[in-house]
Amino acid sequence: MTAPVVVARGLRKSYGDLTVLDGVDLDVGKGEVLALLGPNGAGKTTTVRILSTLLRPDGGTAHVAGKDVVRQPAEVRAAISLTGQFAAVDDLLTGTENLHLMARLAHLGRAEVRTRSAELLELFDLTDAGKRVVKTYSGGMRRRLDLAVGLLSRPQVVFLDEPTTGLDPRSRNDLWDVIRSVVAEGTTVLLTTQYLEEADQLADRVAVIDHGRVIADGTARELKRAVGSAHVELRRKDGTEERLLTDGSVADVRRILADVERRGIDVEHWEVRSPTLDDVFLTLTGRPAESPVLVASRES
Amino acid sequence: MTTLTPAPPALGWTTHDTTALIGRCIRRSLRQLDTVLMAVMLPVILLLLFVYVFGGAIQTGGDYVNWVVPGIVLLTAGYGSSTTAVDVASDMTGGIIDRFRSLPIRSTGVLTGHVVASMARNAVSTALVIGIAFLIGFDASATAWEWVAAIGLIGLFVLALTWVAVAIGVVASGPEAASGFTFAILFLPYVSSAFVPPESMPSVLEAIATYNPITPITDTLRGLLLGAGAGDSALAAVVWCLGIFVVARLAAAVLFRRGQ
Ligand SMILES: Nc1ncnc2c1ncn2[C@@H]1O[C@H](COP(=O)(O)OP(=O)(O)OP(=O)(O)O)[C@@H](O)[C@H]1O
Ligand SMILES: [Mg+2]
Repeated sequence: MTAPVVVARGLRKSYGDLTVLDGVDLDVGKGEVLALLGPNGAGKTTTVRILSTLLRPDGGTAHVAGKDVVRQPAEVRAAISLTGQFAAVDDLLTGTENLHLMARLAHLGRAEVRTRSAELLELFDLTDAGKRVVKTYSGGMRRRLDLAVGLLSRPQVVFLDEPTTGLDPRSRNDLWDVIRSVVAEGTTVLLTTQYLEEADQLADRVAVIDHGRVIADGTARELKRAVGSAHVELRRKDGTEERLLTDGSVADVRRILADVERRGIDVEHWEVRSPTLDDVFLTLTGRPAESPVLVASRES
Repeated sequence: MTTLTPAPPALGWTTHDTTALIGRCIRRSLRQLDTVLMAVMLPVILLLLFVYVFGGAIQTGGDYVNWVVPGIVLLTAGYGSSTTAVDVASDMTGGIIDRFRSLPIRSTGVLTGHVVASMARNAVSTALVIGIAFLIGFDASATAWEWVAAIGLIGLFVLALTWVAVAIGVVASGPEAASGFTFAILFLPYVSSAFVPPESMPSVLEAIATYNPITPITDTLRGLLLGAGAGDSALAAVVWCLGIFVVARLAAAVLFRRGQ
């Protein structure tokens, strides 16, 4: 890995008796996209808020772009942008006005405020909507504007907290494309998600977080391999179900279906399913081991 | 990747950022002119009610409209502060404050933006209310200097109340709560010299009215607008306004930082 741009060591945070982060360790290399994957309440937002200087950790250290998030918050802020879990745009301003405001606050030059805003409206397919007040936007448009704002200043590190949660599959795919094109420019990204597929689509590396601890860390492929990639799910007419592992290739699915036919199973419904976050958690936390499972280390 | 940071503007980044944030709040105000109208309409309805319905029964030793207008002007500021508190609270509880705080700016500029917009809205609504008062027979006999002093006192009062509203907006759990808190403030003028002379109240209320900051402020404003001079309440009025301003401003700043 190249020199890490985001380094967290033993981050802890509690609210009263509730331990939200229980020693989070993370490294994100320069130009790398790391997905922090976890279910509701795992501590994703808390981690992102600490790394973006909005929240003080109770313990542990974190450095972003070489600066300490607690002792040098101003320097960290100059190097990052945050797009939070909930849309952070001004409903009473137009899309363009939102971008102009944030571009000025990000200290872009006068001309650049205009060109960069126009560029991002175009990129996020909001050029026409740019003249309209955000109150009239759909959820997807609002989220796109929100992400556009986050990319205005070409920050070194971009934090995206659940960038596509609540969007329909089509908007999600569109957004993935945009995020990928931004990432291609070499920006370091830390995104959080509840969807294994999203992590797979966008990230070079995935860290699985559960109950405030990183329980697995590796590439999406390593993770999927550990989980058992895709499977064919069958429901018989009598209501019983069966899951058959597959690598997802046409040949393999054909082999499985031929086998099912040969066994004379009365199938009511079948589908090929990719592994989900649930599958990951079943596999990872179903283990007796208390210590973090390193998917990566299983490779070597 | 190196980012080119342009040279700071002549007046420095803080001024640049605050100007941008003021512009934002002014735009927001222009897009919700109905709230300014509400801040005018409610006091005007009260003005009409007091003058035409209750006024006849209240002995103030002169035309009742002349007695009540200063109080109505202060009430207008009260309604205006409600808008401010709601605006601040929706910033603080929506996601946008996180974005402002993650920018390399002094984030208290967000509050300054709301304060300046609030002053502008109040200037408009106060002018409208005084204009309507003139239409129904308000007889101001203030000299030019008394007008300047009256406007100065109103401005100081609005500034103090605006910061109270900002502090409320910062701590409130949401816009509805913020608006609830400011409505509590709106009851203050009723137990003061704003609508009826305190001497006509039961003794307990009279005591409250005497120590109610609204009383010296109304009395001073009334004296100035009616051309009778600032009177002996002027010092108390100014000290109250400044005191409220300083305390509310400090409270807002501390509460804003604590939220981090
Ligand atoms: N200010 C707070 N006070 C009390 N508890 C909090 C606070 N903020 C977060 N929590 C709790 O911390 C836990 C982790 O929250 P966090 O928002 O980090 O989870 P998350 O992984 O982002 O979840 P989601 O997918 O739902 O966004 C949750 O149980 C949440 O209720
Ligand atoms: Mg979250």
